[in-house]
Amino acid sequence: MSMRDAVARYVRDGDVVVIEGFTHLISFAAGHEIIRQRRRDLTLCRLTPDLIYDQMIAAGCARKLVFSWAGNPGVGSLHAFRRAVEAGTLEIEEYSHFGMVARFAAGAARLPFWTLRDYSGTDLPRANPRIKSVTCPYTGEALATVPALNPDVTIVHAQRADAQGNTQIWGLLGVQKEAAFASERVIVVVEELVDERVIRSDPNRTLIPAVIVSAVVVAPWGAHPSYAQGHYDRDNDFYVGWEAISRERAELSSYLDEFVYGVQDRVEYMEKQPRLMERLKAGEQRCEGVNYGY
Amino acid sequence: MMAAVAARELADGEVVFVGIGLPNLACNLARRTHAPNLVLIYESGAVGATPSRLPVSIGDPALVTGSLMVCGMADVFQLFLQNGRIEVGFLGGAQVDRHGNINTTVIGDYQRPNVRLPGSGGAAEIALHAQRILIIAKLSPRAFPARIDFVTSPGQRVKRVITDKGVLEPDEQGELVLAALYPGVEAAEVKAGVGWKLGARPRLDRLDPPTPAELQLLREVLDPKRLHLKS
Repeated sequence: MSMRDAVARYVRDGDVVVIEGFTHLISFAAGHEIIRQRRRDLTLCRLTPDLIYDQMIAAGCARKLVFSWAGNPGVGSLHAFRRAVEAGTLEIEEYSHFGMVARFAAGAARLPFWTLRDYSGTDLPRANPRIKSVTCPYTGEALATVPALNPDVTIVHAQRADAQGNTQIWGLLGVQKEAAFASERVIVVVEELVDERVIRSDPNRTLIPAVIVSAVVVAPWGAHPSYAQGHYDRDNDFYVGWEAISRERAELSSYLDEFVYGVQDRVEYMEKQPRLMERLKAGEQRCEGVNYGY
Repeated sequence: MMAAVAARELADGEVVFVGIGLPNLACNLARRTHAPNLVLIYESGAVGATPSRLPVSIGDPALVTGSLMVCGMADVFQLFLQNGRIEVGFLGGAQVDRHGNINTTVIGDYQRPNVRLPGSGGAAEIALHAQRILIIAKLSPRAFPARIDFVTSPGQRVKRVITDKGVLEPDEQGELVLAALYPGVEAAEVKAGVGWKLGARPRLDRLDPPTPAELQLLREVLDPKRLHLKS
């Protein structure tokens, strides 16, 4: 399915939307298509909103942000996010990383909440009343709880999948498996579409099975400026450059005009930046492989 | 100097939860000097990482290549951190108070902040579960106020605060006091960088400057582009 069709069909105004991937495999291609189709009133959830949600907030897609660390990793601030919060125009719901992970774990297991040893002595429960506690029925211990997170749609970028959506990921795994299983609809975006035989030759590498996938989109370089292990490196220069782009509203708007609204899809986005491939293409570091025989 | 002092805090074979920036430099310096068996765990899921370049982000692909294990974040937080497997955790922050509590959430009121900071990330649970917490932060009265606006991570497990002029430690009541000074620094300079009346240990340690070998590793191997080192 094309990205345009997948977003048109599976992402709706007012949805709870998750584009996951911890630094690795963040689907900027999907975020940009959501901006182009001018989705509104979305509740955006991610551990680290990253540049992709900063762009979606700037484009007016978001009503609310659910998160645990909102910065530009290794660089500084997310300025569109900061402007919106400091102006009071974006509702926020804030956890720690463990809290967000636990929310996805509960959602994926279809439980109403998850327990964790966390938050004692912190002000986070005061800032977010949805962080509560429960008494353990076995030990009497007070444990923190967070509510399940069940998104309407989760979008995951991956190295490869077959046409049915059996999806294989290697490198950092983040919380994609839990987010996908917690979600009503799942869009998988891949660098490479492969034959089912390739998947079956290495089943331990499958993170997301076709049975929970709604759509498969092929979009090489679809994670840029994030990265895909074995395909291309993170564009750290772009992340550093975002500081200057996002600091001024006008500068950010002209970025969106040129690189999001100004292109139809990922192919055109890459054609605009012919030197990216050469600069970021991954080197070779093959694993030895294993014997699945019996 | 801060990276060298932090590196010396780490014992060979320890399991360390590594943050980006100076903690990362310190851990990789320790691994290449006195602690070759240090196990570096990053919250992104890389266990036993041996990054061949200085990671700009906590999720750098170089953390994966050649590591011992890569796991999902549910495993990092539940099977490693909450399980009690992490011996040392590094934290930094916009504000540190006299009890080692850290604020990385907001300056001002939470609902109407003057400055919105990134938030917890993994800091809240690292502070609660790592057996020993080391804070790395530069001194200034704004960074070390008597009271902070928001407790993101509590200070109970803080064992050392490594600053740019000396090292603070909690006393018997849990209040941070001056414990050691860097070469050429007077106690008054440290006290001027703290927003409360800073106590001091009866005998202050004098820390050695970085050795030529430590400096060479830091400047030529670990951070040649000076991403985190000043000079």
